[in-house]
Amino acid sequence: MEIVHVYTKLRRELGRQCLFSDRPAELLLDLLPDPSLGLEFIPKNPRDQAQGMDCDMSVHQVNTERFHTNSCGINHVEGGWPKEVNPEEIEQTIRFRKKVEKNESYISSILQLSSVMEHCIRQNNAVDIYQEYLEDEEEVEGSQESPSAKTINVFRDPNEVKRSINGLSWHPDSGRKLAAAYSCLEFQKPSKDMSLDSYIWDIENPDRPEMTLKPTSPLICLNYNPKDPHILVAGGFNGQIAYWDTRRGSQPVEISSVEQSHRDPVYKIVWLQSKTGTAAFSASTDGQILWWDVRKLSQPTERLVLDLGREGDLNRALGAISLEFESTMPTKFMVGTEQGVVVSCIRKAKTPAEKIVCTYEGHHGPIYALQRNPFFPKNFLTVGDWTARIWSEDIKESSIMWTKYQSSFLTDACWSPVRPSVFFTVKSDGVLDVWDILLKQNSPTLSLQVCDQALNSLCVQDNGRLVACGSQQGEATLLDICSGLSTLQKNEKNLLSAMFEHETKREKILETRQREILLKERSRSEQGKEEEEGGQEEGEETPEELIVRAENDFSSMGGMEQRRRTEEDG
Amino acid sequence: MAEVEETLKRIQGQKGVQGIIIVNSEGIPVKTTLDNSSTVQYAGLIHQLVMKARSTVRDIDPQNDLTFLRIRSKKNEIMIAPDKDYFLIVIQNPSD
Repeated sequence: MEIVHVYTKLRRELGRQCLFSDRPAELLLDLLPDPSLGLEFIPKNPRDQAQGMDCDMSVHQVNTERFHTNSCGINHVEGGWPKEVNPEEIEQTIRFRKKVEKNESYISSILQLSSVMEHCIRQNNAVDIYQEYLEDEEEVEGSQESPSAKTINVFRDPNEVKRSINGLSWHPDSGRKLAAAYSCLEFQKPSKDMSLDSYIWDIENPDRPEMTLKPTSPLICLNYNPKDPHILVAGGFNGQIAYWDTRRGSQPVEISSVEQSHRDPVYKIVWLQSKTGTAAFSASTDGQILWWDVRKLSQPTERLVLDLGREGDLNRALGAISLEFESTMPTKFMVGTEQGVVVSCIRKAKTPAEKIVCTYEGHHGPIYALQRNPFFPKNFLTVGDWTARIWSEDIKESSIMWTKYQSSFLTDACWSPVRPSVFFTVKSDGVLDVWDILLKQNSPTLSLQVCDQALNSLCVQDNGRLVACGSQQGEATLLDICSGLSTLQKNEKNLLSAMFEHETKREKILETRQREILLKERSRSEQGKEEEEGGQEEGEETPEELIVRAENDFSSMGGMEQRRRTEEDG
Repeated sequence: MAEVEETLKRIQGQKGVQGIIIVNSEGIPVKTTLDNSSTVQYAGLIHQLVMKARSTVRDIDPQNDLTFLRIRSKKNEIMIAPDKDYFLIVIQNPSD
């Protein structure tokens, strides 16, 4: 509908001056609402209508052109000569200089400055004010800082069912990789779903293992070849030995045949020193020590049965739990047994029976760790039941030093490769102890609660600073030991060797005294037997008679001792 | 004039003194006992250093002023006595 208002204007009035005048309002148009028009529309209720009160803005990004800056030095070549002097001309410069020298202010200021200067020069010549005093006094470092260790990383078993870490081995070259053997040693605990894999971790990356090792049965122990860092040898739960080449992938390169391997889990496998670098030997609780050449794992190269009666009888053999081999003493090796006895053997003997040289008894339970001191190979450390003991090879009766009984039993130990007097032990309550026997013999120098579960294994890296411990729930914790405990102190070797000698001597004296007593005892009892009438055969006494005899001997000895003392006092 | 010469000779005669340079406020070496290239190098570099040192001292306390500057290095000691218009620089190798 168009609304139009029409007005007319005469042509002759166009352009004439407007004469405005007032006039009352006039209704021009009145539009009334037409309801019928509303039917053409559909009401819409409710209605959303957005309203904005802000002004429109737009976002732009601006990048200025890069301003390149360069740092460089300026070499001052020639001074600020005044305009009239040409620096090239020598004459002009000389003339300028002479003019300056004649200047009054120059003379006075130079005279004044030189007096000050002379004073300082003389001072320098008189005394060297920057002389270093107390140069010989060495800095007191580290020895006062309290021992500490920091956890750097924790590597967790990625599987659902957690297995315990029973073996750890550091990569020989860089120490950046750690191989861990996962298995469950508890009786009938492993479920069918339990994964068989073991892992190699890169210490920088705790999220995922760097490489997986897929054996046929869970691994109990594993070891990197110190000569070739790509080769690993490992012993499994079912007694088989397998070896891996990390360049070739996760599957073992070769596995030993079941018939020829151990009958019990392989607890320890150690590389030997040989020309080919492929010899290793393994120990297991079935009482055998087997030598292998990794190139041909179908059959062991040699076999030794740990029968102390030297008859090779498997039924009487002692189960082996730990092995010790030191490349500085390649002809000997030692085995730690389940029965608490350390057996020392020589590698090359004419008959297998002659391999066993001697035994050391001292522990009440299985010897979980056995290691020679890297600096003093004649002394070795054993760990079993609730104590750690240090032995000297020459003294077979008892250990020369031992810790007191701890609250929980010790599961693994090793010497520090850099400090001869430091060794580490791990316990079944999750505590890592660092012992410094030069500092304190009664208690550990540093005791750390690593985790809540039991710690099963321990391995120190060659630099002595990084320690890895494996727990029962499959967590490997990497710790950094403070520098005080991982740097060789002055005089440490001498002090420690003196300590070992002292203890060895003490034990020797005790041993000889013991022997003397036994000898005296025997000679007296022989004399006594000669006097006896009747044909009571030697050695055939009933237990009661034995007891009676022992009592008599004891009381007579006590009486003798008392008499001797009273003689001395008197 | 002669006194200046005498003074400088006396300084030069002191034990360990390796060289003397007198530089004016514009960085021109007026008098020197070293060769030209070292002189020019010393003059330029030390001039900047003295300016910086002086401004530092005055920034910390405006009433203060730089009276002497000593730079001890491994091989020798450079001593600078600044003035309004001139610097006197002496390089000494202290005894022992």
